[in-house]
Amino acid sequence: MNPLTRQDLANFAAQPTPDPTEWIRVQLDTGGIAAGAETVYVALEQALAEQHRGCELLRTGSVGYSFADPVVEVQAAGMPRVHYGALTPELAPTLLSEHFGAHRLLDDHVIASRRRGLVLDATVTHVLVGDTGAADGNKSEFLQFSFREELKRRGLADRVQVVRALDLGIYDEGAVVQLLPSAVTYTNVLAHDIARIVTESIDGGRVIDDLLWKMPDKQVRIVLRHCGEVDPDSLEDYLGRAQGYQALAKALFTLTPEQVIAEMKVSALRGRGGAGFPTWMKWQLTRAQPSAQHYVICNGDEGDPGAFMDRSVLESDPHTVLEGMMIAAFAMGASMGYFYIRAEYPKAVERIQRALDQARERGLLGRNILGSGFDFDAKIRLGAGAFVCGEETALIASIEGRRGSPSPRPPYPSVRGLWGMPTAINNVETLAIVPAILLRGGAWYASHGTETSRGTKVFAVTGKVRNAQLVEVPMGTTLREIVFDVCGGVLDGKEIKAVQTGGPSGGVIPTPLLHTPVSYETLQQLGSIMGSGGMLVMDQSDSMVDVAKFYLRFCVDESCGKCAPCRIGGYQLQQVLDRISRGRGAPGDLALIHRICHAMQKASLCGLGQTAPNPVLSTLRYFGEEYQAFIEGGPSYARKMSRVASVATTAAKPPADAGSATRSPIPVKEVSP
Amino acid sequence: MITARINQIEVQVPPGTSILDAARRVQVNIPTLCKHRDLLPTASCGICIVRNKGGNKLIRACCTPLEDGMEITTHDREIVEVRRSTLELILSNHPQACLTCGRNGECELQTLAADFNIPLESIKRYVKDVPPDTSTGSIILDFTKCIKCGRCVQVCQDVQNVWALSLLDRGINTRMAPAGDITLAESPCVKCGQCSAHCPTGAIVENDETPSVWEALHDPEKICVVQIAPSVRVTVGEAFGLPPGTNLTRKLYAALRRLGFKAVFDTNFSADVTIVEEASEFIERFVHQRGPLPLITSCCPSWTDFMEKNHYDFIDNFSTAKSPQQMLGVLAKTYYAERLKLDPAKIFMVSIMPCTAKKYELSRTEEMYASGHKDVDVALTTRELARMLKQSGIDFLNLADGDPDSILGEYSGAGTIFGATGGVMEAALRTAYFYATGKKLAKIEVESVRGLAGVKEGQIDVGGAKVRVAVAHGLANVEKVLDRVRDARQRGLETPYHFIEVMACPGGCIGGGGQPYGVDNERRKLRIAGMYQDDADRTIRHSHENPEVIRLYEDFLGKPLGPRAHELLHTRYTARPLYKR
Amino acid sequence: MISNLNLETQGQPEAAPASAPLSKPSTKNSLAPAPFPKVALIIERHGRKPARLVPILQEVQEEYRYLPPDILSYVARSLNIAPARVFGVATFYAHFAIKPKGKHLVRLCDGTACHVKDSVPILDAIRFRLGVTEAQPTTRDLLFTVETVACLGACGLAPVLVVDDQVYGAMTPEKALAVLESVREQERKEPSP
Repeated sequence: MNPLTRQDLANFAAQPTPDPTEWIRVQLDTGGIAAGAETVYVALEQALAEQHRGCELLRTGSVGYSFADPVVEVQAAGMPRVHYGALTPELAPTLLSEHFGAHRLLDDHVIASRRRGLVLDATVTHVLVGDTGAADGNKSEFLQFSFREELKRRGLADRVQVVRALDLGIYDEGAVVQLLPSAVTYTNVLAHDIARIVTESIDGGRVIDDLLWKMPDKQVRIVLRHCGEVDPDSLEDYLGRAQGYQALAKALFTLTPEQVIAEMKVSALRGRGGAGFPTWMKWQLTRAQPSAQHYVICNGDEGDPGAFMDRSVLESDPHTVLEGMMIAAFAMGASMGYFYIRAEYPKAVERIQRALDQARERGLLGRNILGSGFDFDAKIRLGAGAFVCGEETALIASIEGRRGSPSPRPPYPSVRGLWGMPTAINNVETLAIVPAILLRGGAWYASHGTETSRGTKVFAVTGKVRNAQLVEVPMGTTLREIVFDVCGGVLDGKEIKAVQTGGPSGGVIPTPLLHTPVSYETLQQLGSIMGSGGMLVMDQSDSMVDVAKFYLRFCVDESCGKCAPCRIGGYQLQQVLDRISRGRGAPGDLALIHRICHAMQKASLCGLGQTAPNPVLSTLRYFGEEYQAFIEGGPSYARKMSRVASVATTAAKPPADAGSATRSPIPVKEVSP
Repeated sequence: MITARINQIEVQVPPGTSILDAARRVQVNIPTLCKHRDLLPTASCGICIVRNKGGNKLIRACCTPLEDGMEITTHDREIVEVRRSTLELILSNHPQACLTCGRNGECELQTLAADFNIPLESIKRYVKDVPPDTSTGSIILDFTKCIKCGRCVQVCQDVQNVWALSLLDRGINTRMAPAGDITLAESPCVKCGQCSAHCPTGAIVENDETPSVWEALHDPEKICVVQIAPSVRVTVGEAFGLPPGTNLTRKLYAALRRLGFKAVFDTNFSADVTIVEEASEFIERFVHQRGPLPLITSCCPSWTDFMEKNHYDFIDNFSTAKSPQQMLGVLAKTYYAERLKLDPAKIFMVSIMPCTAKKYELSRTEEMYASGHKDVDVALTTRELARMLKQSGIDFLNLADGDPDSILGEYSGAGTIFGATGGVMEAALRTAYFYATGKKLAKIEVESVRGLAGVKEGQIDVGGAKVRVAVAHGLANVEKVLDRVRDARQRGLETPYHFIEVMACPGGCIGGGGQPYGVDNERRKLRIAGMYQDDADRTIRHSHENPEVIRLYEDFLGKPLGPRAHELLHTRYTARPLYKR
Repeated sequence: MISNLNLETQGQPEAAPASAPLSKPSTKNSLAPAPFPKVALIIERHGRKPARLVPILQEVQEEYRYLPPDILSYVARSLNIAPARVFGVATFYAHFAIKPKGKHLVRLCDGTACHVKDSVPILDAIRFRLGVTEAQPTTRDLLFTVETVACLGACGLAPVLVVDDQVYGAMTPEKALAVLESVREQERKEPSP
C-alpha cells in the first residue's frame, strides 16, 4: 500500500468517511468478549445472512458500560441510534427482525442515551420507560402498561412503541421516561403525568417543562472519545471517521516541538499514571537533555487491582494512543518508542500490535513520516507479572532485560533512562489525551476541571456499585456524583460505607466525605491518592480490616524485595494485621502499625513501598473502631465476624458432590501426560 | 563546585558527590548498612535517609548527589525515629545469634543496633530457616543472616565478573544465593572471598578451621610448623586496633612460636623461590623463545580457578611455578625435613594466608601432594589467626620481636611485595633483568605497575629488548587484558604483552578475602604502603640474592627449572566446567 | 575506586550488535550443550540480544509451560550472559515458573472488584476440589495449575475465572467447578497433546 501523504490526511479532514446507513457495532473488548460478545457477533452474522439484511456488522471497542456487557450499538434507517446491553446469541434473530424489520426496540436491553434533549425536534417514535427509584418494587411494567393504554386511547399505539429500558443513566429520580429520537427526558413521572406526556409531547410536540430533566450528563468524554465508536482494528476507520492522525499532521507541519510543548503547558495536563507530574515539563526535561537518542515509553502496566482504564483505551482506541506517543516523540526528539503492556492484557497487545503494523504499512511509522522528515518507530514489550514495573525505573530495567527493581532517582529517566538515554514515560490515558489537546487547543482542555487539576479523568468504578463501568468526568466532580449520579449508587440498594481510590497505593474515603471534589490535592489530603483511577465502592457489609489486609497483601506480594523498609515492613505489617483479624491483637499493635507504616512511607525507595501503608492508615483513620473491636473482642469476636462474612458470601463451601470427591486430586489414569 | 549546607555547616564538594560523602567531609556521619565506600550504592537498607529543606520526602544520602543550595538535615526527631524503626525491621528479619556468629564484635548491623540500643524483640522475629552452604570448604554462606544489601552480588558480578552469587526471587523471599538451586561449590565461584570481605554481617564468612589447628598443636605426635604470607604482616595489626599497614613481621614470628609452632617460616622466602622459577621461565620464553608469550602469573588460586573455568585458552601461557604457599609446604616436608631429620609424615604445616581461596588450593591438584604428603595441611586466614592469638592469651602487641626459622625464613624485599598488586611483576622483573643482562635495574622500583588502577601497563628495556607488561587485579579487569592478547592473536599480530600479572582481589593479597574486615581503598593504600616500606627496609631486595634461596638451590634443588625443581615446585592446569552439574 | 565496574547496563541499545568477545571459550566449557532447537530458534529470532531476555523467556515458557533449569542455562550461554543473571530475572517475575505447571492454567482473578464480590470462596472451592494449595498449585497429574492473578481488568464481570485463555465472568463456586468439570470431560474424551 502507498505510504500516506500530507495530502491524504488533508483529504480525510475535508471529507470524513460517511457512516453506512444501517449498521451494528459489536463492542469487542476483553470485558465484552468474556461476557460473550464474540458469540453474539457470530449469531448476528448468521441471522443477518438468514434474514438477508444488508446492514453492516462492525467491530468496535467498549464504550464503557461494563455492567451491561455484551453491548452492541445499532443504527437503522428511521430508527433512533441505541445501545443494547446484556445480549445473548439467542436474541440475535429477534433483535434483527424487530429492530430492522418491525422498527421496534427490544424490551429490557436498551441503554438510554446519555445525551439528553431539551427540545422535541422530531416526531416521537419510541418511549423508553424505567423506574429508577423503586424502593418498593419496580414499577416499569406498570408504567409501560399505562403508557400503552394511553397511546391506544389516543390512537398513537401504531406510531409509538413503549419500551422498558435496561438502564436510563438517571438514578433515584422515580419513574423516568425518555422520548426518542429527541431524547427529551422526564423524571419523577407520576401516573397522572402519563396522559399529559402523551397529549402534550408525543402528540403535540411540546416539552413539559416541569418534568424535563435539564441536567446534562456528568460525563465528559475526552479520553474515551472514540471508545465504542471506531473500529480498533482499522486504521481506515480511524483516519476516516475519527480525525485520525490529524493532530500528528498538525504537529509535524505547522508546529515546532517547542510549540507542541507550549500547547501542552497551556492545557496543564498532569500525568494520569497517578503521580500527576506536569506532562509538558516531563517532555521539556527530556527534550533538554542533549543525546543522540531519546526514547518515549507508553506505560500500560496497569497492575492495580480494580483498574481497567488503560486496558479499555488500548483495546478500544489503539491508534489514538499511538498518535499521542508520536506527538510526544516529535516534541522531545525521540525516534523510538516502547509500549510496555501487561501480559494479562492479550487483547490490548494484539490491537496495539495491529495498529503498529498498519501504521508501518502506511508509512505512519518509519522514516520520513508523511514526508515531514520525522522518523519514528515503536515496539511492544510485555510485562511479566511484576506490579512494581509500573514504577519508571523498574519498568526501564525490565525492558533492558533485568530484574524489575526500582533504582534511586535522581537520575530521573528524563536525564538517564532506557539504555542510559533520556526517556519520557507517559501513561496510556495521558497519551490518549494528547491528540485532542493539539486539535482543540490547550485552553479548551484546561477549561475543564479545577484550578490545580485540569481536564477530565477516567475512573473504573467497581465493587458494590450498581453499574460497574468506566466513567470519564471533569476533575472536581465529587465522589458522590460519580458513584450515585453516574453509576447508579450501591448494588442492591444497600447503604454505602466508603469508596476506595488509588488501588493498593490509595485509601478509603468514608461516606461523610463523599462530597469531596476529585483532584490530586483533595484526595491526598484525605489520605488517599488519585492513582491511576481505580474506584472501589464498598457497602456496610464490607470489613475495612479485610480491605486493608487485601491491599496490603497485594503490595507484599508485589514488593521487589530490594529495600528493607518495604520488604520487611510490609511483611511484618501483614503479620500484625493477620494477628488482629484473628482476634489475637495486642493493645500495642495499633501503635506498632503506625510505627511500621511511618518507616515504610519515609524510608522506602520507590512509590510502592511509600504508599503501601495508605490503605491500612486510611482505614485506621476513618474506621479505627473496627480494628479496636477485633482487638477488644478477641478470638470469639473474630470467629463471629468470619461467620458473618461467610454467611454474607453464601456458598463458601464446595458443593456436596465435591465433598464426596475427597481431597485427592483427579486420578492419574484419566489424563494423558 | 557544589555549595550546600549540611546540618547548617557549609560544605563544598565536586559535582556528583553524594550527600553521604559530602557529610563525611564536615565530620557528619550518616549511618548506613548497605553502602560500601568503594561500591555503587544499592540504596537498599533505607538507613541513610536525610531531609532536604522544603522537601516532604526523606531522601537517601547514599545515592543522592548533593546539589547547589541544598539544606540537608541528617538528624532530627523524625529521621532518627524512622531510622530506628527501619533498623528494628531489619533486626526482626535477622537471627538473634550474635554471640555465636563469625562476625560477633565486627558486624556492621550489630554495631548499629548497639548504637541505637534496640530493645529486644520489639517486632516479632521472622527468619526463614535455610541451612548454610558449606560446600566450598572455603566460604560459608549463612543465608539467614543476609540483609540483602546486595554488596556481595555487586562484588561477585561487577568487580570480580564471577557471577556465582545473585539475587533471586522477590519480596520477603528475596535471597542472595548461587543461581539455580545449586551449591556454591557447583557454581562458578572462585573462592576469592571478596563477598565475605564486603559483607556487612555474618552472612558470608570464612570456613573456620582453627579447631583442627588447635588439635594439631595439642597433639604431641605432630610437629607443627607455620608460614606467614607476605600481606598478613601488614594487616593482622588491624585486628588489634593498629592502623592498616603496620608491619608486625617479627611479632608474628614470636607469637606463632608461643602458640606452639615448632618452626616458623616465612612465605616471603618461598615467594623468592617462586620468582627465581618464574623469572627463569620468563627468560626461557622471552630470550630463548621456548614457550608461548605472554607469560602469566599463577600464584593466586582464585585467578587460577577463574582461568581454568573461563579463560582456559591461556593454559599454555600460565607459569607452571606453584604459589609460594605450596612451595613452602613441599620444601618443609622435603628439604627441611631432610636437613633436620624429621619424619615428614609428622610435620603439620599451617599457612597463615590473606585468602579464602588458599584453603581450596591445598588440594587443588595432585601436585599439591608433591612431598608425598599433603604439602600444606591447613590454611588459615588472617582473621582466624587473630582469633587464635586472642584465644591464646598472648599479649601480641607487647611481645618482644622474634625470628624465623632458618633455611626457610630469610626473605628479600622482592618477596614481600608479593602482597600488593604489581608486586609479583616487579619482583620478577628485578630478577629477570638480572638473568638477562647480568646487571641490576638502575631503579628497582617499577612505579608503572604500582598503585590501584585496575589495569596497569609498563615497558622495561631489558638489554635492548622491550618487555611489555600488564598487571590486572579485580577479576573483571582481566578480560580487558586477555582480550587484547586474543585480538592480536587472531589478527596474527605481535602479542601486546610479554608478561602479565593477575591477582583476583582488588589491591592484591592485601585486599584478600580473608583479611581483617572493613577493607576499602583507603585501607588498601595503607596496607600497600606497608608492603613497599618493608621492601625498602630490606638490605636484600632481589629474590635471587636471598642467601637461603641460593643455598636451597646449591644444596637441594639444583638449577631453577631443573628436574628436582620441576618435580617439587611446578604444577599443571586443566580446563574445568563453569558449572559442576 | 575500583576502575571500570562491569555494569550490566553497559549494554548497547538493541540496534548495536552484541559484541562477542573474540575467541573466548564459550560452548566447550559450560554445561554440556543440550539440544533445544526450539529455544535456539526463539533466541535467534530475538537476534541473540541479552536485552531481549524477558521476551525470550516468555516465549520459552509458552513452549514448555515452565522454565527448566537446563534451558535457563542454555539461554544464558546462547546470549553470552551469566546464568546467574538469567535465574535472577526468571525468579523475579511472577509469570515465570521454575517448576512445571499443569496443562491447564486456572487463574482466578483476585482483584479488588472480584475480591469484594467474593472470589475467595470460589478459590477455596477450586483448590479443595483439585486438592491443591497456594504452595502446591499444581495437581499431581499435572493437569491443572491454580493461580490467582492480581487483576484482569474485567471488573465489570467480577468475579472472573480464566481457564487457559477463556474468560468466565460472574462466577460462583458451583459455576467454577462446572467449568473445571467440562475441561476434565474434554480431556477424557479427546486428550489434547
